[in-house]
Amino acid sequence: MDFTQTHFELFGLPQSYALDRNQLDAAYRELQNTVHPDRFAAQPDAEQRVAMQWATQVNEAYQTLKHPVSRGVYLLKLQGIDAFDASNTKMAPAFLMQQMEWREVIEEARAGKSMAALDALTDDLRAAHRRIEAHLAELIDTAHDFAAASEAVRQLRFMDKLIAEVGDVYEELET
Amino acid sequence: MALLQIAEPGMSTAPHQHRLAVGIDLGTTNSLVATVRSGLAVVLDDEAGHSLLPSVVRYCASGDVEVGYAAQAAQNSDPHNAITSVKRFMGRGIADIDDIASLPYRFVDAPGMVQLKTATGVKSPVEVSAEILKVLRQRAEVAMGGELVGAVITVPAYFDDAQRQATKDAAQLAGLNVLRLLNEPTAAAIAYGLDNASEGVYAVYDLGGGTFDISILKLSKGVFEVLATNGDSALGGDDFDQRVFCWIVEQGRFQPLSAGDMRLLLTKARDAKEALTEHTEVRVTAVLSTGEMMDATLTQADFNAMTASLVGKTLTPTRKALRDAGLTVDEVKGVVMVGGSTRMPCIRQAVADFFKQTPLTNLDPDKVVALGAAMQADVLAGNRVGDDWLLLDVIPLSLGLETMGGLTEKVIPRNTTIPTARAQEFTTFKDGQTAMSVHVLQGERELASDCRSLARFELRGIPPMVAGAARIRVTFQVDADGLLSVAAREQSSGVEASVQVKPSYGLGDDEITRMLKDAFTHAKDDMYARALNEQIVDAQGLIAATRAAMAEDGMLLDATETAAIETSITALEKLMAGPDHQAIKRGIEALNAATTEFAQRRMDQNVRRAMAGQKLETFG
Repeated sequence: MDFTQTHFELFGLPQSYALDRNQLDAAYRELQNTVHPDRFAAQPDAEQRVAMQWATQVNEAYQTLKHPVSRGVYLLKLQGIDAFDASNTKMAPAFLMQQMEWREVIEEARAGKSMAALDALTDDLRAAHRRIEAHLAELIDTAHDFAAASEAVRQLRFMDKLIAEVGDVYEELET
Repeated sequence: MALLQIAEPGMSTAPHQHRLAVGIDLGTTNSLVATVRSGLAVVLDDEAGHSLLPSVVRYCASGDVEVGYAAQAAQNSDPHNAITSVKRFMGRGIADIDDIASLPYRFVDAPGMVQLKTATGVKSPVEVSAEILKVLRQRAEVAMGGELVGAVITVPAYFDDAQRQATKDAAQLAGLNVLRLLNEPTAAAIAYGLDNASEGVYAVYDLGGGTFDISILKLSKGVFEVLATNGDSALGGDDFDQRVFCWIVEQGRFQPLSAGDMRLLLTKARDAKEALTEHTEVRVTAVLSTGEMMDATLTQADFNAMTASLVGKTLTPTRKALRDAGLTVDEVKGVVMVGGSTRMPCIRQAVADFFKQTPLTNLDPDKVVALGAAMQADVLAGNRVGDDWLLLDVIPLSLGLETMGGLTEKVIPRNTTIPTARAQEFTTFKDGQTAMSVHVLQGERELASDCRSLARFELRGIPPMVAGAARIRVTFQVDADGLLSVAAREQSSGVEASVQVKPSYGLGDDEITRMLKDAFTHAKDDMYARALNEQIVDAQGLIAATRAAMAEDGMLLDATETAAIETSITALEKLMAGPDHQAIKRGIEALNAATTEFAQRRMDQNVRRAMAGQKLETFG
């Protein structure tokens, strides 16, 4: 296993935030088909151990590239930048305002036990998520503005937390 | 996909020999064994033609052990010693069993896992399960005419690490080589998916005798990828029986019941439930040992009303699984029904309403898991070439550690694809602290006390430093069976500690060894001869595999490396001629160690070839 290889190199993909999901999935399937422990279940221990290490690494690489936040964090890390550096917490006031508004919508939906309001909010949050992703691709791949990209990654993580909170409210209202 | 099979790593040993492998569905109510014969998965019947083996084990005062129908027939007359639904106790403590008051067993509280007092002594649920597995193993060996290479054993997807480990221990005790623990819904998906050549997102709704699982899978080009799984490992047909049982007791205005009468009424309850699958009402009558009687009619409408909350309890995990997969009901192409309890009309209706489509029921819900497991066993044993498939499964519950203030810190979140490894760094909180206690947890709750405790171990010998200076890296590794091992290492000094997450609950290796010894003494088997024989067979297999690998990829080794491997082979061959099975085992380990680097290079080569094929396919 070559530990100097990037996750992008492992899957034979260009190093960019914009991602051809079909290509990633196909390469992932191909690699797991080759290295998965199920392919070595009848083989000696040495081969089974190597297979487990490889499959673990391939899973880790796939999960990192698949998720919008971790892919951004990883690309910035390759540039030597820590997107969640404690000294770097800048966030646009407009974005924070929007966050507060969304949180109010969640609270209202919870108080009013309104599934319809949660459904509508989920659609809004997912749309906003996609917009930030598109912006992030531009910042990293075209503008190479890594400071702004770090902020966009932090925004995406905020969005993920909000979406998870909506999930908790769904759960609360269902039971 | 043809392009991808340039190097078939599983095929280097004895390609022409069909290896005998089975799939076993170790169920709460019934168990089955299946295999692949001439390319077709079939359930193996016993001599009387029964496919199902009731999961009932009776310990007779004579010392005999009955399993299956005989044990089931005796459950009313001998309720303490005829153990049913033992799967519900696997990897569970007394506090975990909700309905303990209405169960006719003599429970013994034991650290980690509850035990049962029987006519032939105290038995662990692992031992009871092993009796069931032994009968299935013998059934398979008779039917197939030889010793098994290995077995795939199914477990509920929502089983935690303790329950999985207990299942693997039971298989080991029954003398089975476990090729893989396979999640039941995933096994069902194989049987369905391959039958119907499906592509797209499927939900598997699996309601068994004592467990409920919901799995969301994506089927694509021969890959079964589990996107999310959820469930309730203490919800199943037994709970529906309990509701009817309570109704019967109420109707008969019965006083506190003897164990025998309790068993009798539970059986009546189950019969009534099953009758309501076909009929809109059923007459229930019972005469107790005290002479008390009851005679009443139960309608399907009454039954539906008294079990509605149980049906509802399956839909909450179903919603969670869909949310975790990031999908809506409309994106689910089909819903597969698994488990005998999905025969209940109220379940079928609820599932149809929820998913807005008629669920798939064309395969026998009692057999589909065993059939899928047999198909997977066939792949894992290396019997298929070229047309096999791949399973990518997940862990059902988050794994984590207890941190300051009794809180849970998640290290691996639920629904992470396995195998997987994650590391987290911790530090000391006191000046001069030289030890750190590591408490491994599983579950979703924030408080450590609300999660399942899997293991505790200590990392000692940390060099004294100021608080916060030590860097302790805790690594979690989950293997392809979904089993966890944990290691801790202080980074500056290299002090290490690790644990195969096992001894704190379930059974230690010593305990397994003792049980094996007991089992063999009882059977008057020569344990030593058997151990020797097993090691020789393993050694032969390893040498054959190593020679095949060298014939194929010998160019990856230089002369010195080839010579070193040859030396290890010769040494092992010499030990095989001797009487010492421990020495052979060490020889096997030595040869494995000597070939690790070779295995790495072979894998690197396989990956290069696969990715070259991938490029051709993508760009060609």
